[in-house]
Amino acid sequence: MDAHDFWAALKGRGLNFFSGVPDSTFHDAYNVMVNDPDIRYVPAVREDVALGIASATFFTGGLGGVILQNSGVGNLVNPLTSFNLMYKIPALLIVGWRGYGGPPNDAPEHWIMGAKTPEFFNLLEVPYEILEPDNLDAVLDLLLETIKERSIPGALLVRSGVIS
Amino acid sequence: MIARYQAIESILAHVGSGDLVISTTGMISRELFTLKDRPGNFYMIGSMGLASAMGLGLALQAPNKRVFVLEGDGSAMMSLGTLPLIASEQPANLVHIILDNEAYESTGGQPSISSNFDLAQTANTTGYPWTRRVEDLEELEAALTEATNGGQLSLILVKAGIAPLEGIPRVSHTPEEIRDRFKGAVQAV
Repeated sequence: MDAHDFWAALKGRGLNFFSGVPDSTFHDAYNVMVNDPDIRYVPAVREDVALGIASATFFTGGLGGVILQNSGVGNLVNPLTSFNLMYKIPALLIVGWRGYGGPPNDAPEHWIMGAKTPEFFNLLEVPYEILEPDNLDAVLDLLLETIKERSIPGALLVRSGVIS
Repeated sequence: MIARYQAIESILAHVGSGDLVISTTGMISRELFTLKDRPGNFYMIGSMGLASAMGLGLALQAPNKRVFVLEGDGSAMMSLGTLPLIASEQPANLVHIILDNEAYESTGGQPSISSNFDLAQTANTTGYPWTRRVEDLEELEAALTEATNGGQLSLILVKAGIAPLEGIPRVSHTPEEIRDRFKGAVQAV
Protein backbone atom coordinates (compact mmCIF):
# COMPACT_ATOMS: atom_id res chain seq x y z
CA MET A 1 0.00 0.00 0.00
CA ASP A 2 1.03 3.57 -0.50
CA ALA A 3 2.63 5.24 2.53
CA HIS A 4 0.39 8.28 2.07
CA ASP A 5 -2.68 6.06 2.44
CA PHE A 6 -1.22 4.49 5.56
CA TRP A 7 -0.79 7.85 7.31
CA ALA A 8 -4.09 9.17 5.99
CA ALA A 9 -5.86 6.19 7.56
CA LEU A 10 -4.18 6.87 10.92
CA LYS A 11 -4.81 10.61 10.84
CA GLY A 12 -8.40 9.97 9.81
CA ARG A 13 -8.77 7.99 13.03
CA GLY A 14 -7.36 10.79 15.16
CA LEU A 15 -3.73 9.71 15.46
CA ASN A 16 -1.23 12.49 14.85
CA PHE A 17 1.37 12.16 17.61
CA PHE A 18 4.06 9.51 17.23
CA SER A 19 7.38 8.64 18.76
CA GLY A 20 9.68 5.81 17.87
CA VAL A 21 12.90 4.25 16.70
CA PRO A 22 13.08 3.77 12.92
CA ASP A 23 12.97 0.47 11.08
CA SER A 24 13.69 -0.17 7.41
CA THR A 25 10.20 -1.70 7.12
CA PHE A 26 8.94 1.88 7.37
CA HIS A 27 11.64 3.52 5.30
CA ASP A 28 9.21 5.01 2.80
CA ALA A 29 6.52 5.62 5.39
CA TYR A 30 9.02 7.45 7.58
CA ASN A 31 9.89 9.94 4.86
CA VAL A 32 6.23 10.66 4.21
CA MET A 33 5.55 11.08 7.93
CA VAL A 34 8.34 13.53 8.73
CA ASN A 35 7.25 15.71 5.82
CA ASP A 36 3.62 15.73 6.95
CA PRO A 37 2.86 19.00 8.78
CA ASP A 38 -0.10 17.37 10.51
CA ILE A 39 2.01 14.74 12.23
CA ARG A 40 4.23 15.40 15.24
CA TYR A 41 7.03 12.85 15.54
CA VAL A 42 9.54 12.64 18.39
CA PRO A 43 12.62 10.60 17.47
CA ALA A 44 13.17 8.59 20.65
CA VAL A 45 16.42 6.96 21.77
CA ARG A 46 14.83 3.66 22.81
CA GLU A 47 11.52 1.92 22.34
CA ASP A 48 10.54 2.19 26.01
CA VAL A 49 11.21 5.92 25.93
CA ALA A 50 9.07 6.20 22.81
CA LEU A 51 6.22 4.42 24.58
CA GLY A 52 6.53 6.72 27.59
CA ILE A 53 6.37 9.78 25.34
CA ALA A 54 3.48 8.54 23.22
CA SER A 55 1.50 7.38 26.25
CA ALA A 56 1.23 11.01 27.34
CA THR A 57 -1.18 11.58 24.44
CA PHE A 58 -3.84 9.61 26.31
CA PHE A 59 -3.90 12.26 29.04
CA THR A 60 -4.61 15.04 26.58
CA GLY A 61 -7.56 13.07 25.21
CA GLY A 62 -5.97 11.38 22.19
CA LEU A 63 -4.11 8.21 21.31
CA GLY A 64 -0.36 8.17 20.69
CA GLY A 65 1.53 5.91 18.33
CA VAL A 66 4.91 4.18 18.69
CA ILE A 67 7.01 3.07 15.75
CA LEU A 68 9.58 0.35 16.33
CA GLN A 69 11.36 -2.68 14.95
CA ASN A 70 10.41 -5.97 16.58
CA SER A 71 13.94 -6.28 17.98
CA GLY A 72 12.86 -3.50 20.35
CA VAL A 73 9.79 -5.32 21.66
CA GLY A 74 11.90 -6.64 24.55
CA ASN A 75 12.53 -3.06 25.63
CA LEU A 76 8.77 -2.65 26.04
CA VAL A 77 8.30 -5.46 28.56
CA ASN A 78 8.76 -3.34 31.68
CA PRO A 79 6.80 -0.27 30.55
CA LEU A 80 4.00 -2.50 29.26
CA THR A 81 3.73 -4.60 32.41
CA SER A 82 4.32 -1.92 35.06
CA PHE A 83 2.91 1.11 33.26
CA ASN A 84 0.54 0.74 30.29
CA LEU A 85 -1.14 -2.54 31.25
CA MET A 86 -1.16 -1.65 34.96
CA TYR A 87 -2.63 1.87 34.68
CA LYS A 88 -4.54 0.90 31.54
CA ILE A 89 -3.01 3.55 29.31
CA PRO A 90 -3.56 2.84 25.62
CA ALA A 91 -1.22 3.40 22.66
CA LEU A 92 -0.86 2.04 19.15
CA LEU A 93 2.36 0.10 18.55
CA ILE A 94 3.39 -0.04 14.90
CA VAL A 95 5.92 -2.85 14.75
CA GLY A 96 8.18 -3.68 11.83
CA TRP A 97 8.18 -7.49 11.68
CA ARG A 98 11.74 -8.29 10.72
CA GLY A 99 12.76 -11.92 10.33
CA TYR A 100 9.26 -12.97 9.34
CA GLY A 101 9.28 -16.55 8.13
CA GLY A 102 12.72 -17.27 9.64
CA PRO A 103 15.89 -18.23 7.72
CA PRO A 104 16.90 -17.53 5.04
CA ASN A 105 14.68 -14.42 5.15
CA ASP A 106 16.27 -11.29 6.58
CA ALA A 107 19.50 -11.07 8.62
CA PRO A 108 20.44 -13.61 11.32
CA GLU A 109 19.87 -11.14 14.16
CA HIS A 110 16.17 -11.07 13.24
CA TRP A 111 15.50 -14.79 12.96
CA ILE A 112 14.72 -15.64 16.57
CA MET A 113 12.67 -12.54 17.33
CA GLY A 114 11.01 -12.84 13.93
CA ALA A 115 9.66 -16.23 14.90
CA LYS A 116 8.72 -15.16 18.45
CA THR A 117 7.13 -11.77 17.86
CA PRO A 118 3.45 -12.84 18.00
CA GLU A 119 4.21 -15.04 21.02
CA PHE A 120 5.61 -12.04 22.88
CA PHE A 121 2.38 -10.12 22.44
CA ASN A 122 0.33 -13.19 23.32
CA LEU A 123 2.34 -13.68 26.50
CA LEU A 124 1.78 -10.08 27.58
CA GLU A 125 -1.87 -10.25 26.47
CA VAL A 126 -1.37 -7.30 24.17
CA PRO A 127 -3.74 -7.58 21.20
CA TYR A 128 -2.21 -7.44 17.74
CA GLU A 129 -3.23 -7.48 14.10
CA ILE A 130 -1.17 -8.24 11.01
CA LEU A 131 -1.25 -5.62 8.28
CA GLU A 132 -1.67 -6.92 4.73
CA PRO A 133 -1.57 -4.82 1.56
CA ASP A 134 -5.36 -4.89 1.29
CA ASN A 135 -6.71 -4.82 4.86
CA LEU A 136 -5.61 -1.44 6.27
CA ASP A 137 -9.03 -0.01 7.18
CA ALA A 138 -10.38 -3.29 8.52
CA VAL A 139 -7.42 -4.09 10.81
CA LEU A 140 -7.10 -0.51 12.04
CA ASP A 141 -10.77 -0.35 12.96
CA LEU A 142 -10.59 -3.70 14.70
CA LEU A 143 -7.39 -2.94 16.59
CA LEU A 144 -8.37 0.59 17.63
CA GLU A 145 -11.72 -0.66 18.86
CA THR A 146 -9.97 -3.24 21.05
CA ILE A 147 -7.43 -0.66 22.26
CA LYS A 148 -10.18 1.78 23.25
CA GLU A 149 -12.47 -0.84 24.74
CA ARG A 150 -9.75 -2.34 26.95
CA SER A 151 -7.77 0.90 27.33
CA ILE A 152 -4.45 -0.87 26.73
CA PRO A 153 -1.83 -0.84 23.95
CA GLY A 154 -2.31 -2.87 20.81
CA ALA A 155 0.18 -3.75 18.08
CA LEU A 156 0.03 -3.55 14.31
CA LEU A 157 2.58 -5.96 12.85
CA VAL A 158 3.96 -4.83 9.51
CA ARG A 159 6.07 -7.07 7.30
CA SER A 160 8.66 -5.80 4.88
CA GLY A 161 7.17 -4.60 1.59
CA VAL A 162 3.61 -4.11 2.82
CA ILE A 163 3.98 -0.29 2.90
CA SER A 164 5.82 1.39 0.06
CA MET B 1 23.30 17.76 51.86
CA ILE B 2 19.54 18.07 51.83
CA ALA B 3 17.17 15.45 53.18
CA ARG B 4 15.14 14.36 50.20
CA TYR B 5 11.72 14.86 51.76
CA GLN B 6 12.77 18.43 52.63
CA ALA B 7 13.75 18.96 49.01
CA ILE B 8 10.35 17.65 47.90
CA GLU B 9 8.66 20.00 50.41
CA SER B 10 10.56 22.96 48.93
CA ILE B 11 9.67 21.88 45.39
CA LEU B 12 5.99 21.54 46.33
CA ALA B 13 5.97 25.17 47.47
CA HIS B 14 6.77 26.11 43.86
CA VAL B 15 4.20 23.80 42.29
CA GLY B 16 1.16 25.83 41.28
CA SER B 17 -2.35 24.41 41.56
CA GLY B 18 -2.56 23.78 37.80
CA ASP B 19 0.94 22.34 37.48
CA LEU B 20 1.62 18.67 36.77
CA VAL B 21 4.13 16.54 38.66
CA ILE B 22 5.40 13.15 37.48
CA SER B 23 7.33 11.28 40.14
CA THR B 24 9.48 8.22 39.70
CA THR B 25 9.03 4.79 41.24
CA GLY B 26 10.02 4.04 44.82
CA MET B 27 10.50 6.39 47.74
CA ILE B 28 10.20 9.62 45.73
CA SER B 29 6.58 8.87 44.81
CA ARG B 30 5.85 7.70 48.35
CA GLU B 31 7.30 10.88 49.84
CA LEU B 32 5.45 13.09 47.37
CA PHE B 33 2.22 11.24 48.13
CA THR B 34 2.76 11.61 51.88
CA LEU B 35 3.76 15.29 51.77
CA LYS B 36 1.03 16.47 49.41
CA ASP B 37 -1.31 14.16 47.56
CA ARG B 38 -3.02 15.96 44.66
CA PRO B 39 -4.73 14.98 41.38
CA GLY B 40 -1.97 16.69 39.39
CA ASN B 41 0.58 14.21 40.76
CA PHE B 42 1.25 11.18 38.60
CA TYR B 43 2.93 8.58 40.78
CA MET B 44 4.79 6.36 38.36
CA ILE B 45 4.95 3.49 40.79
CA GLY B 46 6.61 1.12 38.31
CA SER B 47 8.68 1.52 35.16
CA MET B 48 11.89 2.94 36.57
CA GLY B 49 13.44 5.38 34.11
CA LEU B 50 10.21 6.24 32.30
CA ALA B 51 9.11 9.34 34.23
CA SER B 52 11.22 11.74 32.16
CA ALA B 53 9.91 10.25 28.90
CA MET B 54 6.31 10.68 29.95
CA GLY B 55 7.14 14.17 31.22
CA LEU B 56 8.57 15.06 27.84
CA GLY B 57 5.52 13.72 25.99
CA LEU B 58 3.22 15.64 28.30
CA ALA B 59 5.18 18.89 28.16
CA LEU B 60 5.07 18.80 24.35
CA GLN B 61 1.37 18.02 24.17
CA ALA B 62 0.16 20.23 27.02
CA PRO B 63 2.26 23.35 26.34
CA ASN B 64 0.03 25.51 28.53
CA LYS B 65 0.85 23.40 31.59
CA ARG B 66 4.03 23.46 33.64
CA VAL B 67 5.36 19.93 34.04
CA PHE B 68 7.70 18.89 36.84
CA VAL B 69 9.59 15.60 36.59
CA LEU B 70 10.90 14.33 39.93
CA GLU B 71 13.28 11.43 39.65
CA GLY B 72 16.32 9.94 41.33
CA ASP B 73 19.86 9.46 40.13
CA GLY B 74 19.22 5.77 39.47
CA SER B 75 16.20 6.54 37.35
CA ALA B 76 17.99 9.33 35.44
CA MET B 77 20.97 7.09 34.72
CA MET B 78 18.77 4.19 33.64
CA SER B 79 17.37 6.39 30.90
CA LEU B 80 20.32 8.70 30.35
CA GLY B 81 19.60 8.88 26.64
CA THR B 82 16.39 10.73 27.46
CA LEU B 83 18.48 13.76 28.50
CA PRO B 84 19.68 14.67 24.99
CA LEU B 85 16.21 13.83 23.68
CA ILE B 86 14.56 16.30 26.06
CA ALA B 87 17.28 18.83 25.25
CA SER B 88 16.64 18.36 21.53
CA GLU B 89 12.90 18.90 21.93
CA GLN B 90 13.50 21.67 24.46
CA PRO B 91 10.00 22.11 25.95
CA ALA B 92 10.03 25.44 27.79
CA ASN B 93 7.39 24.25 30.26
CA LEU B 94 9.42 21.34 31.68
CA VAL B 95 11.25 21.54 35.00
CA HIS B 96 13.38 18.41 35.39
CA ILE B 97 14.54 17.71 38.92
CA ILE B 98 16.96 14.93 39.83
CA LEU B 99 17.14 14.08 43.53
CA ASP B 100 20.61 12.60 43.67
CA ASN B 101 21.48 10.67 46.82
CA GLU B 102 24.11 8.58 45.06
CA ALA B 103 22.21 5.45 46.03
CA TYR B 104 19.34 3.12 45.29
CA GLU B 105 17.65 4.06 48.53
CA SER B 106 14.29 2.46 47.76
CA THR B 107 15.91 -0.96 47.59
CA GLY B 108 18.06 -0.58 50.68
CA GLY B 109 20.60 2.16 49.97
CA GLN B 110 22.98 0.33 47.65
CA PRO B 111 25.47 2.84 46.19
CA SER B 112 24.93 4.13 42.66
CA ILE B 113 27.68 5.50 40.42
CA SER B 114 26.38 9.07 40.35
CA SER B 115 29.07 10.04 42.88
CA ASN B 116 31.55 9.70 40.00
CA PHE B 117 30.10 12.39 37.78
CA ASP B 118 27.80 15.37 37.77
CA LEU B 119 24.38 14.77 36.22
CA ALA B 120 23.76 18.53 35.89
CA GLN B 121 26.92 18.85 33.86
CA THR B 122 25.81 15.89 31.75
CA ALA B 123 22.45 17.54 31.10
CA ASN B 124 24.24 20.76 30.22
CA THR B 125 26.47 18.92 27.76
CA THR B 126 23.45 17.34 26.06
CA GLY B 127 21.96 20.78 25.45
CA TYR B 128 19.79 21.73 28.42
CA PRO B 129 19.81 25.53 28.26
CA TRP B 130 19.68 26.00 32.05
CA THR B 131 21.02 23.64 34.72
CA ARG B 132 21.88 24.05 38.40
CA ARG B 133 23.52 21.80 40.96
CA VAL B 134 22.33 22.61 44.48
CA GLU B 135 23.64 21.33 47.79
CA ASP B 136 21.56 23.12 50.41
CA LEU B 137 17.98 24.31 50.82
CA GLU B 138 18.85 27.95 50.14
CA GLU B 139 20.42 27.09 46.80
CA LEU B 140 17.46 24.88 45.97
CA GLU B 141 15.03 27.67 46.77
CA ALA B 142 16.91 30.10 44.52
CA ALA B 143 17.16 27.55 41.73
CA LEU B 144 13.42 26.76 41.89
CA THR B 145 12.54 30.44 41.71
CA GLU B 146 14.75 30.86 38.66
CA ALA B 147 13.63 27.66 36.97
CA THR B 148 9.93 28.41 37.34
CA ASN B 149 10.33 31.99 36.11
CA GLY B 150 12.89 31.41 33.40
CA GLY B 151 10.50 30.39 30.63
CA GLN B 152 12.88 27.73 29.36
CA LEU B 153 13.69 24.07 29.85
CA SER B 154 15.50 23.66 33.14
CA LEU B 155 17.16 20.96 35.20
CA ILE B 156 18.02 21.06 38.88
CA LEU B 157 20.34 18.46 40.37
CA VAL B 158 19.65 18.25 44.08
CA LYS B 159 22.44 16.56 46.02
CA ALA B 160 20.41 14.79 48.70
CA GLY B 161 21.33 12.75 51.72
CA ILE B 162 20.03 9.32 52.56
CA ALA B 163 17.28 9.97 55.06
CA PRO B 164 14.67 7.26 55.00
CA LEU B 165 11.35 8.13 56.60
CA GLU B 166 10.27 5.39 58.98
CA GLY B 167 6.92 3.81 58.17
CA ILE B 168 6.25 5.91 55.09
CA PRO B 169 3.10 4.62 53.40
CA ARG B 170 2.80 3.37 49.85
CA VAL B 171 0.57 5.29 47.45
CA SER B 172 -2.89 4.11 48.47
CA HIS B 173 -4.76 5.01 45.24
CA THR B 174 -5.23 2.31 42.64
CA PRO B 175 -3.32 2.78 39.38
CA GLU B 176 -6.56 3.59 37.59
CA GLU B 177 -7.49 6.21 40.18
CA ILE B 178 -4.06 7.84 39.75
CA ARG B 179 -4.60 7.78 35.99
CA ASP B 180 -8.12 9.19 35.96
CA ARG B 181 -7.59 12.08 38.33
CA PHE B 182 -4.32 12.98 36.58
CA LYS B 183 -6.10 12.99 33.25
CA GLY B 184 -8.63 15.37 34.75
CA ALA B 185 -5.80 17.62 35.96
CA VAL B 186 -4.12 17.61 32.53
CA GLN B 187 -7.35 18.63 30.83
CA ALA B 188 -8.44 21.19 33.45
CA VAL B 189 -8.24 24.69 31.99
